[in-house]
Amino acid sequence: MFELSSPGRRAWSFARTDLPEWAAADLVPPEHLAPEPVALPEVSERDLVAHHTRLTHRQYSVDLGAYPLGSCTMKYNPKLADVAASLPGLARVHPAAPPSCTQGWLELLSELSRALAEVTGMAAVTLQPPAGAAGELTGLLLLRAWHASQGDTGRTKVVIPDSAHGTNPASVTLGGYEALTVASDHRGCVDLAALRAVLDDEVAGIMLTNPNTLGLFEDDIAAITAAVHEVGGLVYYDGANLNAILGVTRPGDMGFDIVHLNLHKTFAVPHGGGGPGAGPVAVTEALAPFLPGPLPARAPDGTYGWRTPARSIGRVHSWHGNALALARAYAYLLALGGDGLRRVAEIAVLNANWLRRRLGDHYDVPHDRTCMHECVVSAAGLKRRTGVRAADVAKRLLEEGFHAPTVSFPLVVEEALMIEPTETESPQTLAALADALVRIAEAASVQDHHAPRTTPVGRVDEVRAARRLVATFDARLPPTGGG
Amino acid sequence: MAGYVPHTDAEVESMLGFLGLSSVDELFSVVPAALRLAGRPDPSGRRRFLDLPDGSAEPDVLAEMERLAGANLACAGPGVGAGHGLVCFAGGGAYDHEVPEAVRALASRSEYVTAYTPYQPEVAQGVLQALFEYQTMVARLAGLAVANASLYDGASACVEAANLATAVTGRPGVWLSLGVHPHWRATMATLAAGSGVELVDVPLDDGVTAWPQVAPDGVSPDPPGALVVAYPNHLGCLEDLGLARRVADTTGALLVVALDPVAAGLLRPPGEWGADVVVGEGQPLGTPLSFGGPYLGLFTCRLEHVRRLPGRLVGETVDTEGRRAYVSTLRTREQDIRRERASSNVCTNQTLIAVACGVQLAWLGTSGLRELALRCARATRYTRESLLALDGVEPLVGAPTLREFALRLPADPAVVVERMLEDGFLAGIALDADGGAGNGPGLLVAATERRTRSQIDAYVAAMDKVIR
Repeated sequence: MFELSSPGRRAWSFARTDLPEWAAADLVPPEHLAPEPVALPEVSERDLVAHHTRLTHRQYSVDLGAYPLGSCTMKYNPKLADVAASLPGLARVHPAAPPSCTQGWLELLSELSRALAEVTGMAAVTLQPPAGAAGELTGLLLLRAWHASQGDTGRTKVVIPDSAHGTNPASVTLGGYEALTVASDHRGCVDLAALRAVLDDEVAGIMLTNPNTLGLFEDDIAAITAAVHEVGGLVYYDGANLNAILGVTRPGDMGFDIVHLNLHKTFAVPHGGGGPGAGPVAVTEALAPFLPGPLPARAPDGTYGWRTPARSIGRVHSWHGNALALARAYAYLLALGGDGLRRVAEIAVLNANWLRRRLGDHYDVPHDRTCMHECVVSAAGLKRRTGVRAADVAKRLLEEGFHAPTVSFPLVVEEALMIEPTETESPQTLAALADALVRIAEAASVQDHHAPRTTPVGRVDEVRAARRLVATFDARLPPTGGG
Repeated sequence: MAGYVPHTDAEVESMLGFLGLSSVDELFSVVPAALRLAGRPDPSGRRRFLDLPDGSAEPDVLAEMERLAGANLACAGPGVGAGHGLVCFAGGGAYDHEVPEAVRALASRSEYVTAYTPYQPEVAQGVLQALFEYQTMVARLAGLAVANASLYDGASACVEAANLATAVTGRPGVWLSLGVHPHWRATMATLAAGSGVELVDVPLDDGVTAWPQVAPDGVSPDPPGALVVAYPNHLGCLEDLGLARRVADTTGALLVVALDPVAAGLLRPPGEWGADVVVGEGQPLGTPLSFGGPYLGLFTCRLEHVRRLPGRLVGETVDTEGRRAYVSTLRTREQDIRRERASSNVCTNQTLIAVACGVQLAWLGTSGLRELALRCARATRYTRESLLALDGVEPLVGAPTLREFALRLPADPAVVVERMLEDGFLAGIALDADGGAGNGPGLLVAATERRTRSQIDAYVAAMDKVIR
């Protein structure tokens, strides 16, 4: 972009306003006035469009093909949600406009909250958290507020299984707690005995993902939640893997107190190359008075307004959350309905199990029993036999035209490949993906360290990027003679 | 309903057969029966598991979404006259700027929209390079060396800046100007309950921050880790960043400036004033009002703090052939590697909004950003002078303003805003005592480059009628 720049060239144009054309010096006190304008690229609109169109040709996406990243739920993002989110009546509304002119938005947010409460089996919902990690931190602050309201300030620890996502322990620290890791048992689930051994009156709660990051359902879940409740702790549900259980079982029924959802996973909000997402938090009746506010609320006369819960922990977003992402999720929910959501879980789980079975003869499957929405296989045997690691398999898969699975996670499995096909990939796509993975395993050789060779760039030197940091165009080293 | 599931019944049967199962329900036998939703048969005999309506076809979903959209009073689009949407004079961190068609078109390309976080850089050069360009442009706006790949919004950027500064200085105290947006301050207060950051509100005097008196020897009982100030601030006023820098120097605090990125087109960059961290709300550059989200948290800092930078950072490197390539870098800062020792938990951010912002900044270019800021300042000056000519309308505070200003009205501002809706105007934001940083009640008014002389004249005439 910066290399396309030519001084004086421009793409911009502005509407005619007929306003007096005061000079900058008349409008800005001299000590504040910039001595010179900010240097930005000076390009034509044609070059700008060509540049970004070329960039998009160097980018893989769900619209292009399967994206089996475990725990990321890269399902197809329906086009109707794009249209819904661009309706002027939604996209052009000012967030501080009074409720009298935002009744449609308030109804939408209110109905979405109600539907998410039903899906999770909880009593009340906040839509403010803009991402999963923000939802986690909101949940931990709710947990803190709850204990404080009980006059219980001696709790300093939150328990996390060793298979948890990295955001969990980071959120625990930012929530003012100490993360206490418990090991998984040989079945890949929380070790109930080990958990009981650490539970005491210093434990504020536990954060769990169920199904867990191995794609396995924690079948002791009722006993786990009961044990935590027994010592006065609360139980937090990380909704990263909610896709597996839609309409099958609900966190509320399992005994969870706080749930966050990732609407950019389960409810088909597109990931946007890394965001925006939406991470609503649902809670039990007992925790509802602490939710961030204001919340959309319906008055007896049928009109909508804002209401802040009595003992609210306060805001967690500048406005009302990632509203247009919430609108997309609502459109998806309307399209699917209760029946469609159940079908999502059924097929997501069917697809993952089919892959697990199909890959079982070619990769190690550390926990070879019915999985949920994702399966974790290991390249540990492959590495021993051929030197080809999970990361190499991932790069080879890029050459085969697929996105890679999540690699080297969860940390409890050596050379992990965590594969989540989602419900929107057809049996034919699954078969092609499986065939590619089998081919890669069968032909594995040291050459694979050089993969990928057919992508827009070859293997990227990550070490150099970190050692010789160039984080802006201006930080580039001046070209050397040999250049 | 399809649920966008491609499988035919025959295919499902065949896949179940491969697994040695006879029904889909058997897949869920690992879920204890007591926890499984039993489902109730509906009149047609099908089981219902959730108390939600059945799915709808696309035209019916869109009709419902259009009904909801139609129940809002949106701000008028380009070329739309009175009676077709509100003419917007509200700002307060969310501004009614033009989003050029080129920005809209490029930011809605499905390769950008439907990609994941660039964990496999070889197939993510598009998003990575777009972010690298965004980082460069945002760092230049701020006048600092490095920008991250986005945070959630202005509020989250302030939260992360306070966390960074308190970690760098080892001091929990943050002197927080009441000129920072009240919702951002509220968010900082919410998250401080967990992080241990101690916020000290610093009041405004006639519109600009009145920093606590600091003894010349710098000895203060509780020296802060950070000063946080907005430029321009929530009342639209231009803060004295030179003074803020001197207070920071005297106390040993880091200076955090929340910058409006459009006003930045005319203002001396905070980095030149000596800011250590510059944050901001990126919505005004490329994102529609969107009822408050998704917006864009801007975050920039001096190079020396880069290892504490929250969120993602894209760096330039080479591939195996020596070709230029981009990759997420300094990854060991991040939560998935550092886990409980990470200084930020941010994972999913606002990449797509950052890409749109980068496109918008390139569309504007050097001259366009300045022109945009200038046009906003002119419209604001014209609106302000016209309103001040009305009987009983006074400035709420005296400090100079640029793209937004606050007024004292001879009527209840909340009532004025309601009544002006009838005339087709979103008149501004009614400030209560907190919103007015102790100066309220008042009305906060912003006029962007989209406001024409005839719109402003009509607005002022309507205001004249309403406040009488």
